[in-house]
Amino acid sequence: MSDEKTTRHFIEELQRLKERLLEMGDLATSRIDRAVSGLTSRDPVILGDVIQGDESINALQIELDDRCFKLLALRQPMATDLRLIMSTTRITSDLERVGDLAVNVAEAAARYIQYPPVKPLIDLPKMSEFAQQMLRDALSSFVSGEVSLASDVLKRDDALDDLKRQVFQDLLTYMLNNPDLVAPALDLVLISRHLERVGDHATNIAEDIIFLVEGRDVRHQTSRFAAS
Amino acid sequence: MAMVTDTPRDRGIQRTPPTVTKSEGRAKSADPSQVPAIHVEGLNFYYGAKKALENVTLSIQRNQVTALMGPSGCGKSTFLRALNRMNDVIPGTRAEGVVRVLDLDAYAKSTDVVALRRRVGMVFQKSNPFPKSIFENIAYGIRLNKVVTDRDGLNQRVEDSLREAALWDEVKDRLHESAIALSGGQQQRLCIARALAIRPEVLLMDEPASALDPIATQRIEELIFKLRTDYTIVIVTHNLQQAARVSQITAFFWLGRLIEAGLTEEIFTNPKQKLTEDYVTGRFG
Repeated sequence: MSDEKTTRHFIEELQRLKERLLEMGDLATSRIDRAVSGLTSRDPVILGDVIQGDESINALQIELDDRCFKLLALRQPMATDLRLIMSTTRITSDLERVGDLAVNVAEAAARYIQYPPVKPLIDLPKMSEFAQQMLRDALSSFVSGEVSLASDVLKRDDALDDLKRQVFQDLLTYMLNNPDLVAPALDLVLISRHLERVGDHATNIAEDIIFLVEGRDVRHQTSRFAAS
Repeated sequence: MAMVTDTPRDRGIQRTPPTVTKSEGRAKSADPSQVPAIHVEGLNFYYGAKKALENVTLSIQRNQVTALMGPSGCGKSTFLRALNRMNDVIPGTRAEGVVRVLDLDAYAKSTDVVALRRRVGMVFQKSNPFPKSIFENIAYGIRLNKVVTDRDGLNQRVEDSLREAALWDEVKDRLHESAIALSGGQQQRLCIARALAIRPEVLLMDEPASALDPIATQRIEELIFKLRTDYTIVIVTHNLQQAARVSQITAFFWLGRLIEAGLTEEIFTNPKQKLTEDYVTGRFG
C-alpha cells in the first residue's frame, strides 16, 4: 500500500473514532434526559429502561478504548493525532461515568415515585437541561475545535453547583417542616448531586478539548480560563 | 546529495528561524556549558547555482542530541555536512553566513579543516570500515593524528573506544580479524568507535541506523543516548520515532529552510508550525 493510501486510511480511522465518540456522547446525554423525564413523568417503565440499559454505553467505551489502543500501537501517532487519541480515552471514561450517573438518577427516581410528590419539580429538570447543554457544547467543541465554547463550558460549572445548593436549601425546608418527606426528599437531593456530577464530567471533557486543540493542559488550574 | 529545487517564500513559514532551548545560544556567560557547541547564523549554502540552504539560524547545545528531520531534499544532510565542511569535497559548493563550531569559525580562511574534522567526527549512513582488522580500523586514526604514541597507550585507546561504542565484549577475542566479517550493526558501531578514537567533541551522524534491522538499530540508539554524556551529537534521521526516542532537540527542515526547532517532546506533541505538524502527522504533501 502506498504511503498516501496508508495515510488516508489512518485519517479515516481517526474520523471513525471521532464519529463513534460523538455517538457515545449522544447516548450518554440522552440517557440523562430519559432518566429525568422518567422522574418528572413518574414513569417506572422509562426508569426501568434506563436502569437496565447501560450495556450499550459500556460496550462503546470498550470499543473506543480498543480503537485507541490499536491506533497507538500500529500508527505511533504524533502531535494533534496523538492528542486526539489521548483525549478520546479520557472522554470515553467521562461519558461512561455519565451513563452510570443516568442509572443512579433513575434508581433514585424509581424510589422517589413510590411516594407522593414532595413538590413540583422545577429546578431538577432545569439542572438536567443545564448539565446536558454543557455536555452537548463540550461535544460540539470537540467537533468544531472551538476552544471558546469549551472554555465557556468550564465557566458554567459554578452555576450548576449553585443550582444544586439551591435545590438542597429548598428541600431542606420541606424536610424540616414535614419529617415524613425526608426519605423522598433525600432522593431528590441525591438526584441533584448526580446531575451536578454530570456537569463535572462535561467540564472534564471541555478540558480535554482544550488539550486536544491547543496542547494546553488546563486541568486542576484555578486560573484555567486565562489565555496561554 | 541533498538538492533543493524550490524555495517558496510565502507559505506561512516563520521568517526568523528559532534558536533553541532553555539555555539560549547567545549566552554571554563564561561558563562553557552555557555556550552552544555550534552556532549557525544566516547560513546559505549553494551547489553551484542551486541554493540548498536558505538563511538557516540554529544553535546546538552541548551534550545534547539534536535531530535534524525533514523530507528528502530538505537540506538537513547539507546542513549536517556544513558543520565539519564535508561538503567541501563536492565541487562548486559555496557557503555564506556564520558557522561557529566549538571555538572555530568553520568557514574562516584561517581554519584548518583537518583540525576541524578531528574535533567534529562523522558517522555515515552506510558503514564503511577499512578492509583491515578490527584493531587497525580503530588504531589507524589514532596513529594518524598522533593521539597517543606508545604501544600500550594505543592498545588502551582502541579498547576504550570499542567499549565506548558498546562493541568491546563482542570483538575483544577477535581484534585482529577482518572488520568486514562483522555484521552490519557491528560495522556501524565500529565506525562509531573509529570516530570516537580521536576524541572528537562533536559527533555528526547521517542516518546511522537506516540500513540496520530493529535490534541493531536499538543498540545504536542506546549508544547515542549514552554518548550524549560526553559528546554533542547531531543526527540526521528519516525515522520520526527514532528522532523522538534519541534526541532532546529536534529541528525540522523543509525546502532548504529551518521551519522549526525546539524540545523534541514539544515538536512531536504540539509543534508550533503547521508545516511541522503536517510532517510529523504524515499529512505532508
